[in-house]
Amino acid sequence: MTDLTKLGVKAIRDGVAGGDFTAREVAESFNAAVASAAELNAFIVTTPDHALAAADAVDANRAKGEELGAMGGVPIGMKDLFATHGVQTTAASHILEGFKPQYESTVSQNLWNAGAGMLGKLNLDQFAMGSSNETSYFGNVASPWRKEGANAAMSPGGSSGGSSSAVAARIAPAATGTDTGGSIRQPAAFTGICGIKPTYGRCSRWGVVAFASSLDQAGPMARSVEDCAIMLGSMAGFDPKDATSLKMDVPDWEAALSADLKGKRVGIPREYRMDGTDEAILASWEQGKAWLKDAGAEIVDVSLPHTKYALPAYYIIAPAEASSNLARYDGVRYGLRDLPEGAGLQDMYAATRAEGFGDEVKRRILIGTYVLSAGFYDAYYNQAQKVRALVARDFEQAFATCDLILAPTTPTASFPLGSLSEDPLTMYLNDVFAVPASLAGLPAMSVPAGLNPDGLPLGLQLVGKPFDEQTVLDAGLAIQQRAGFDHAPEKWW
Amino acid sequence: MSVDKQTVAKIASLARIKMGDEELERMVPELNGILNWVEQLGEVNVEGVEPMSAVIPNTLRLRDDVVDADPKTGGGKRDEVLANAPAAEHGFFGVPKVIE
Repeated sequence: MTDLTKLGVKAIRDGVAGGDFTAREVAESFNAAVASAAELNAFIVTTPDHALAAADAVDANRAKGEELGAMGGVPIGMKDLFATHGVQTTAASHILEGFKPQYESTVSQNLWNAGAGMLGKLNLDQFAMGSSNETSYFGNVASPWRKEGANAAMSPGGSSGGSSSAVAARIAPAATGTDTGGSIRQPAAFTGICGIKPTYGRCSRWGVVAFASSLDQAGPMARSVEDCAIMLGSMAGFDPKDATSLKMDVPDWEAALSADLKGKRVGIPREYRMDGTDEAILASWEQGKAWLKDAGAEIVDVSLPHTKYALPAYYIIAPAEASSNLARYDGVRYGLRDLPEGAGLQDMYAATRAEGFGDEVKRRILIGTYVLSAGFYDAYYNQAQKVRALVARDFEQAFATCDLILAPTTPTASFPLGSLSEDPLTMYLNDVFAVPASLAGLPAMSVPAGLNPDGLPLGLQLVGKPFDEQTVLDAGLAIQQRAGFDHAPEKWW
Repeated sequence: MSVDKQTVAKIASLARIKMGDEELERMVPELNGILNWVEQLGEVNVEGVEPMSAVIPNTLRLRDDVVDADPKTGGGKRDEVLANAPAAEHGFFGVPKVIE
């Protein structure tokens, strides 16, 4: 029999529905792959029983002749930012260690309803703050990729680095991610997989541990564009429990997928050609233009003049929202409590938060508290929100002349773990190409474009108009078909 | 604008994060590095621009003013609400004594 862990979402679902193999066989294969990959540290907890129970339910439904869901029989990894009923949910923090939600996030529930099962909770940067997976309380995640001829552990990107590592290593066919400023796209690019952040509001944020509420958006990470389309269709949908959820129908993205881009105009933002961008990245960008042209698209120049200011605006807005969202971790209602001898309530809060948060989280809470404090609110926070409006307006104007934007996902390929961790600003620059689309709430995807001279994956980014995930996915498919990216990391774990 | 150790101590206390001397000293250059970098936003001409608070035009929905309108988020969930409390007593959250 074929190795089931080589299969993606569509192949598993269709194989289970067609009776080529059972969902239980699939779940058992992936459970074993997960158990043998502890060195990647991709999972914080594993839930093999959840995967088996979901698989058995799908097999039973099939035996009864019932229709199986869009994710029927597909076991997935769940980023540990999604609340899962009765299963520890930590956001990779010490402050939430041992927290077992008494409810299920809407996105994960939607996936279970569609027939998916859970392999476990995936590691991430603590509270989704980071671009390298070095801020988790539960240790760094390693990418399955290494530089050719070297064995230094490389970063899987962040914050959804457990997700990217697991999917790239073939220990999960797909995983959930969340993207606040690039946390789906950057790790997807670093590990040679696909990931899409839909339009803000497509996926419910209910039950997702909040980082920056005006930016956070869930999305799928998988090895192909088709798999992303299928999984996103199951995750998305209106949710009355989330006031920012879009009251719109979810299109059948999978059914409408087409790599024919005739009549589409693809914009190339001239401001994304920044000094210091890797030669290999620029070359892959050129290649991407040629591929989209080959698919029938017309290439046009566009300008996004405020690109340079998107990242600094993000590093005011996101910490400001985080400082407010993370105020709920005070040692009273859930999570850690540190109560020093003879301490009062205020001391307990301060001690609990000092003990429970990691350095990067503290740094961002302090920045957020500072920019929101009296006297600095206008100079920092309000100014950043105005710049955000200008970044969004740039896109609006660009989309008057094009249907889609093509850019690199990241300015470099992955880097060795530990090489940037002393330098927060350089680390932030990883998301320089990803953040503008986040600030504007636009759908954006990364697809693998090829390998750099070190043998590390590079990604291309597609940014679409609001609600137009279809064009993003279609262009992703056009690139996927032409790139023929079938590289896999060599197994060392 | 730049921050000194005293300012960082004040922010840390506003944020309810206990910080020792050494940690405060380590934070000062880190925060200043980030703040100096975000200063560049001051160059942008934002005259007449409204600050953006919502990315996608969406009207704020209000839930029906009914107890238990959604059984998952409504009332009658005391045990679930308290299930993860570090110290739950008599159906309440327990905290250290605040009144002498």
